[in-house]
Amino acid sequence: MSANANVVKQGSQAGSPHTNVAKQDRQAEAPDLAMSPPVDVVEDPSGITLFADLPGVPKDKLNVRLEMDSLTIEGEVVLDTPEGMESSHVEVRMPRYRRTFSLSNELDKEKVQAEFRNGVLKLRIPKAEHVQPRKIEVKAA
Amino acid sequence: MFRSMFPQDIFSEIDRLQQQMQRAFGSGPSIRGFELGSYPALNIGTTPQSVELYAFAPGLDPASIEVNFERGVLTIAAERAADLPTQDEKSTVHINERFAGRFRRVMSLSDDIDPGSASAQYRDGVLHVSLKRRESAQPRRITVQ
Repeated sequence: MSANANVVKQGSQAGSPHTNVAKQDRQAEAPDLAMSPPVDVVEDPSGITLFADLPGVPKDKLNVRLEMDSLTIEGEVVLDTPEGMESSHVEVRMPRYRRTFSLSNELDKEKVQAEFRNGVLKLRIPKAEHVQPRKIEVKAA
Repeated sequence: MFRSMFPQDIFSEIDRLQQQMQRAFGSGPSIRGFELGSYPALNIGTTPQSVELYAFAPGLDPASIEVNFERGVLTIAAERAADLPTQDEKSTVHINERFAGRFRRVMSLSDDIDPGSASAQYRDGVLHVSLKRRESAQPRRITVQ
């Protein structure tokens, strides 16, 4: 079941077709409203691991972007709702999740790994390997 | 050094703050004390033929989810394992917002449901329970002879 999610660089953000939830929800008319998904962030000596809860987001509607020094997690909720369903109780009001984090320099953005399974995103951001100290040769004048 | 990992998005911050306030200052109108931001979040919808329930419960093993329907009351229970490492010196938990542990959500549904018709599906972290209404309770057009 586990599959690598798309980690895309800037500029390839997916479009935003209306989902079933969007149809039911008046608030969804403003496309920019999004829920902030709960996350866990753990750091160990070799890097940072981030877990985010994104229930209802299929893999192809998940968007993890790295731009400069920021990481954005975005996902669209798609529910399998029968025709003509009327909502009677709603706790998940918006059809979208979004959250942005800024990353510090020593993290290696090229080596980010992503896994997405049962609505949980796991991102592993390793720290950059230490640049070896270089000896600078002094030339005699 | 990792202070910068904290979120920058002011709107989602306000949203979270609101949820926390709601948690702190009591629950909603339900006698079962539903609160916003609890795990799992629940959406319920109805059609003339069925009641559809969506529990936003990511990160569960589908086999461990218990769904019971008895005398008009639906219960969803499961246990969610923690992803965080156990305390050790080498790792630091910077943010810990995700739910871990056992949960149980109980809700009463309309009394015209046929208990034998329930079906449940777990996909993308959402548990979808579909309960059909009894045939006799469905709107029927009566033909005039």
